[in-house]
Amino acid sequence: MDLRFTKAEEAFRDEVRDWLESRLAPGGAFHEIRGRGGPGDEESCFEPRLAWERALGEARWNCVAWPEAHGGRGASLTEQVIYHEEYARAHGPGRLGHIGETLIGPTLIALGTDAQRARFLPGIRFGEHLWCQGYSEPNAGSDLANVQTRAERDGDAWSVTGQKIWTSGAHWSHWCFVIARTNPDAPKHRGLSYLLVPMDQPGRIEVRPIIQITGDGEFNEVFFDGARTDLDNVVGEVDGGWRVAMATLGFERGASTLGQQLEFQNEMEVVLRAAQRTDALKDPSLRQRVADVLIRLELMRLNALRTLSTAKADGSLGREAMINKIYWATLHRDMGKLAMDILGPWAETLADEDDLAMRRLERLFLFSRSDTIYAGTNQIQRNIIGERALGLPKEPKPAPKG
Amino acid sequence: MHFALDDDQQALWKSARRFLEDQATSERVRAAMESETGWDAALWTRIATEMGWAALPVPEAHDGLGMRFVDLVPLLEQMGRTLLPSPFFGTIATAVPALLEAGDDALRARWLPAIAAGEATATVAWTEHRSEWDAADVSTAAAGGGSDGWRLTGEKSWVVDGATASLLLVAARDGADTLALFAVESGAAGLSVAPQKTMDATRRLARLTLDGVHATRLPGDAAAIRRAHDMALTALAVEQVGLAQRCLEMAVDYAQTRVQFGRPIGSFQAIKHKCADMMVQAETARSAAWYAAWCASEAPERLSEAAAAAAAYCGEAAFAAAAENVQIHGGIGFTWEHDCHLFLRRARASEALMGAPAWHRERYLQARGM
Repeated sequence: MDLRFTKAEEAFRDEVRDWLESRLAPGGAFHEIRGRGGPGDEESCFEPRLAWERALGEARWNCVAWPEAHGGRGASLTEQVIYHEEYARAHGPGRLGHIGETLIGPTLIALGTDAQRARFLPGIRFGEHLWCQGYSEPNAGSDLANVQTRAERDGDAWSVTGQKIWTSGAHWSHWCFVIARTNPDAPKHRGLSYLLVPMDQPGRIEVRPIIQITGDGEFNEVFFDGARTDLDNVVGEVDGGWRVAMATLGFERGASTLGQQLEFQNEMEVVLRAAQRTDALKDPSLRQRVADVLIRLELMRLNALRTLSTAKADGSLGREAMINKIYWATLHRDMGKLAMDILGPWAETLADEDDLAMRRLERLFLFSRSDTIYAGTNQIQRNIIGERALGLPKEPKPAPKG
Repeated sequence: MHFALDDDQQALWKSARRFLEDQATSERVRAAMESETGWDAALWTRIATEMGWAALPVPEAHDGLGMRFVDLVPLLEQMGRTLLPSPFFGTIATAVPALLEAGDDALRARWLPAIAAGEATATVAWTEHRSEWDAADVSTAAAGGGSDGWRLTGEKSWVVDGATASLLLVAARDGADTLALFAVESGAAGLSVAPQKTMDATRRLARLTLDGVHATRLPGDAAAIRRAHDMALTALAVEQVGLAQRCLEMAVDYAQTRVQFGRPIGSFQAIKHKCADMMVQAETARSAAWYAAWCASEAPERLSEAAAAAAAYCGEAAFAAAAENVQIHGGIGFTWEHDCHLFLRRARASEALMGAPAWHRERYLQARGM
């Protein structure tokens, strides 16, 4: 057991930090977007953030976890941790390319063809192609395998028809990875395929923003009406898309939890500033809640470090990793409510504040209500932990009617 | 960066688990609970001599194995899993750190070889009116200090294994109101010891009355005493992790086998989700306690904060696990015959033994300057 970093790891940290700071500190080329575009602020500064994606790609400071053969740095888990920590510490802008980098990129590296990798990976690295995730549908949320969107072979292309929902960033994305039913006669998990669909298809794809409880429209409904994509834009086997879809979800947890933890810490600093204004730290019951959140925040970091330390050689994580999603989601939601309770009546009028960081506490409260819903609700997380980590029996399937 | 057990720690983990599963059975635990001293002397001798556990943290110069505090983690966690009543906690987790951090060579030479050999046991006597190990709670007076040594007068309560320990390290204040630890030998003139009836019979407590008892002062200052306390607190937290883990395992086993409405109760989300929450808490508690233990050995400047965090989190996690375990077991979990209640009692007692979670949260804030 040793929680220290080696000299080589510290050197890597210095390298990341220097690069980020020289661009984000006052006077740096990207100073104006320092700290912008995070949760609740996704729509801000789109063009400079796109330029930021390109700058990261040219310097190879995105996709660091990808193997070198695919343009990444082949960073070890510890280096990934360091990278994400430094990115958060430097208040790096909210990433537009994160779905490409962390979801579809690793999926193509693991399960795509050489031709797919050659075609799509450079676009992700250089910020040319932004991606969105076409999973959820009105009747396929937690029950993801219930997707009804259909894809049929039509000559030399797939034709995709159906509706996706809660699609983050669909309005600015160039590509979407879509789970669609290609075999309506097969059992529900077995007739699905994983398709890569270009988004620029007027008349065949329509994106409608959904205004969320923060008042912003970061996610969308996407209507596919005979949308086309080439026959070879299938990842994995035709009708074998469930396995690919699950592999993609597996990439959602990992080293980035550490960066997220530091973002939460940055937010908590603002909450503590608010506490100074309202003298909340003189109230014993609020002191308890502040201490509780600070402790749980520290333990989020330690949980993530422990998870990474027990990862297998191929980077796959142990069963302990299954606790991470429900843990951080619940913590973040509690943090949002704590911020409101610390502010008391001030929370009602945050929109009048001059200080952007303070104004964003309203969004912390509202946006964090989604944390325990998206990417597997807390209830689904408990099923996953109960069944896959603890080995408890699944819920029996309802008996057929009649 | 490797936040996991290393090879030697894993080896100890495995041997401790094997030994304790074999020896610390429900029958043995219950027999010890009903015995006069509260622990099985023959088993303790085996633990000390055959397994060598009492010698682990004792420096080689004093006939020990010289292992770091963090290397005790596997053993403490396994002990928490089994509720084995033994002098290990009081002696190895509270008194040895106090001797190492705050003692001098003469005291160490006098006591550590005997402790390592399993021939002497020891404890720290701190609390008087409140269970918090708060300096403000200590009013026992130390008089003298000249060639005749020190004389202690006062009362101590809730002293772990206070009735059986050969050496008592007693917190007291000298004439200048300075807090220090004082070594008192059992059977000293003016010392009377009364066992207290405890809800958790797997860990015995005692009340001490000191009336001009002869004592030797440990030179360690407040910071040294604080470090020793934080190590004891950390050891308790690691034990609580073992308890939470065991309760989770018991609950999962039962939920897999108990059938109602034609299916194992663990297939119902109402039960499954309780088990999932227990796992989240047990794993997080493990991160907290292991980190504090690592700080104790490798980053002492961070120990106080880490120990307070671990104490607050692990105490509540262990209690929640023990309480849910009773609930998931239903009626059988409410019986004397089933072991659920032994864990419930231990969890409750441990949560208060060295200060309640709320107190540790307050301490955590203060350690961070708030």
